[in-house]
Amino acid sequence: MSSIPLSAFLLTALLLFCIGLYGALTKRNAVIVLISIELMLNAVNLNLVAFAKYGVGASIRGQVFSLFTITVAAAEAAVGLAILIALYRNRATVNVDEMNTLKK
Amino acid sequence: MDVVWLIPILPLLSFLIILFTRPNLYRKAGIVGTIFTGAAFGCALLVLFSNFAEGNQLVEANWFSIDSVVLTVGVEVNPLNALMLVIVTLVSFLVHMYSIGYMANDERIATFFGYLGLFTFAMTGLVLSPNLLQLYVFWELVGVCSFLLVGFYFYKPEAKAAAKKAFIVTRIGDIGLLVAIFLLFWQTGSFELDVIFESVLAGDITPSMVTLIAILIFIGAVGKSGQFPLHTWLPDAMEGPTPVSALIHAATMVAAGVYLVAVMYPLFSSSETAMTTVAITGGFTAIFAATIALVQRDIKRILAYSTISQLGYMMLALGAAGYTAGIFHLTTHAFFKALLFLAAGSVIHAVHEQDIFKMGGLRKQLPITAALCLIGCLSISGFPLLAGFFSKDEILASTYADGRYVLFTMALLTAFLTAFYMFRLYFLVFAGNESSKAKESSRIMLIPMFILGVLSVVGGYIQTAWFGTFLGDWLETSPYPITVDHPTAPIWLPISAILLSLAGIGLAWMYAKKLRYGERLNPVHRLLFHKYYIDEFYRVTIVKGTRVIGYFWMYFDRFIIEGGAQALIGLVKRMARAGSDIQSGQVQTYGTVAFSGLVVVLLLIAVIGGYF
Repeated sequence: MSSIPLSAFLLTALLLFCIGLYGALTKRNAVIVLISIELMLNAVNLNLVAFAKYGVGASIRGQVFSLFTITVAAAEAAVGLAILIALYRNRATVNVDEMNTLKK
Repeated sequence: MDVVWLIPILPLLSFLIILFTRPNLYRKAGIVGTIFTGAAFGCALLVLFSNFAEGNQLVEANWFSIDSVVLTVGVEVNPLNALMLVIVTLVSFLVHMYSIGYMANDERIATFFGYLGLFTFAMTGLVLSPNLLQLYVFWELVGVCSFLLVGFYFYKPEAKAAAKKAFIVTRIGDIGLLVAIFLLFWQTGSFELDVIFESVLAGDITPSMVTLIAILIFIGAVGKSGQFPLHTWLPDAMEGPTPVSALIHAATMVAAGVYLVAVMYPLFSSSETAMTTVAITGGFTAIFAATIALVQRDIKRILAYSTISQLGYMMLALGAAGYTAGIFHLTTHAFFKALLFLAAGSVIHAVHEQDIFKMGGLRKQLPITAALCLIGCLSISGFPLLAGFFSKDEILASTYADGRYVLFTMALLTAFLTAFYMFRLYFLVFAGNESSKAKESSRIMLIPMFILGVLSVVGGYIQTAWFGTFLGDWLETSPYPITVDHPTAPIWLPISAILLSLAGIGLAWMYAKKLRYGERLNPVHRLLFHKYYIDEFYRVTIVKGTRVIGYFWMYFDRFIIEGGAQALIGLVKRMARAGSDIQSGQVQTYGTVAFSGLVVVLLLIAVIGGYF
């Protein structure tokens, strides 16, 4: 199996993270924002797995970590979507711009 | 003697009792006050006699200490303050008794007696003080009591203004005293009189500093004793009830200034300049106030100017090294001036009028008051063999012996003027045929006047050239270094004094008929009637000047300080609004800002850490 260099994984993860960040900060639709956050989490997972395989102190630990992250991310998505639905029922919108009740 | 403690405590008790049971006591407050001050007078007499037998004493207790400086409170008995104690408690007692009658119809009679008790407490406390700090506390306390009592009829605007004036003008003098006390403490490290005098006599304080301190103390005395130029409050203080004028503004509190100079006499006598200042101020005030008294119409104002003039006499005596003479005149003056004020009160009580030109012929309606008033007038005029004669003679002799002949001449002239204005008052009020309806005062008012009348007659025999200089010898036993003079006057001096006072009386008698139709209004008369326009002068200079400064600072405060504060408030508000505008509630904006911040921080670390 030809070895793909570590930097390729890292670059992919970086790209994923940036796309996720961009989406989280700019998209108006809250569902898209949640998806973007998932992207960022998965970029991190990718990094963890890559380092677990090719890192300096490579060990199984990284992969275990990524499993945990996936679990937490699933929970987070569930909670986030639940909140979103509750919000939608109350305000009839999923537009992030209109979710500014923190201001006052 | 242990009873010395009781002397200030008894009037204080009277004050407290009246204060807390005022509504119940009401008219009985007078009796309570009279009994307590009477008891205090009894104690003062005991103290006086024990001073003859046992000599001076000093009891002190530590008050508190700061580092090595121990402040003490205590009581001291020496000839000077034993004498003062007797005068203060006696006059206070008599005035209390008199007020039972005089104030009988006043609704606030209990308050009045409460104030009188507080005043008596303060005044006796002042006299007993063995150190300057304690003295200053009581000095201010008598000032407060004076303020309260002058403003007793506070619903009258004149009384209110007079109370304020009395307080503020004396405060100007008090600042001098306070600064002097600070300077003395700085120089000697003590408030105790004996320590201060020791270091003054040992020459530990430079002569110029002694002079400065003495003059500052004298400024305090000037304010309290109504000497020129701070005399203006005393005539206005006559707005208070007449018994108060007799007690505070004739016999005791105004004499506190003279007493202060007498207490600090060792300090004064070691500075020639200070003595000269005292003598000149006193001499000038004496003749200055006497000329004003010549033309006043208000019976109490005449007496007030007379008081100023007589206090000037005492100052003159002290300044001319006549220690005995000053104290002697203080004593006799307390008797006859209190008598005159009480007599004036009796007249006012009877006719409800203070303008002497609207009175006349009261001799028939008020025979006893008239007789007692005559005794007072004769005594103050220096009629032979009465109290005032001896003390005035003593002052003239001291001034003559001192060698300042200008001041001596002024003093002689003042004696003449005094006789004139006192008898102008007497003749206008009591002589003549016009009979207005009036009723003689009750016995409770006449008895105190009678006692004072007796003292005004015999009070002079404690110090005469013929029976011995008892007072002078006794004052010499003071624990402090005081040189008591024994001036010998040439024989023509008392004779010319008698002639001058008789001339004054005669002139008043001659003019009495003419005066009754009103006095001519020539410029001199007008100048005197308006008291040399001193009040007006102060109004346009000092009062207005102070007002201008006050307004300046008011506007400074309103626009500069207040404006500055407002500007600052506005700035903070604007910043807050800007801050709250940034917090839009948009989570994505926050995220962007946080991320940009992270980027900036990372960039900084990279640049500074040299990773680029």
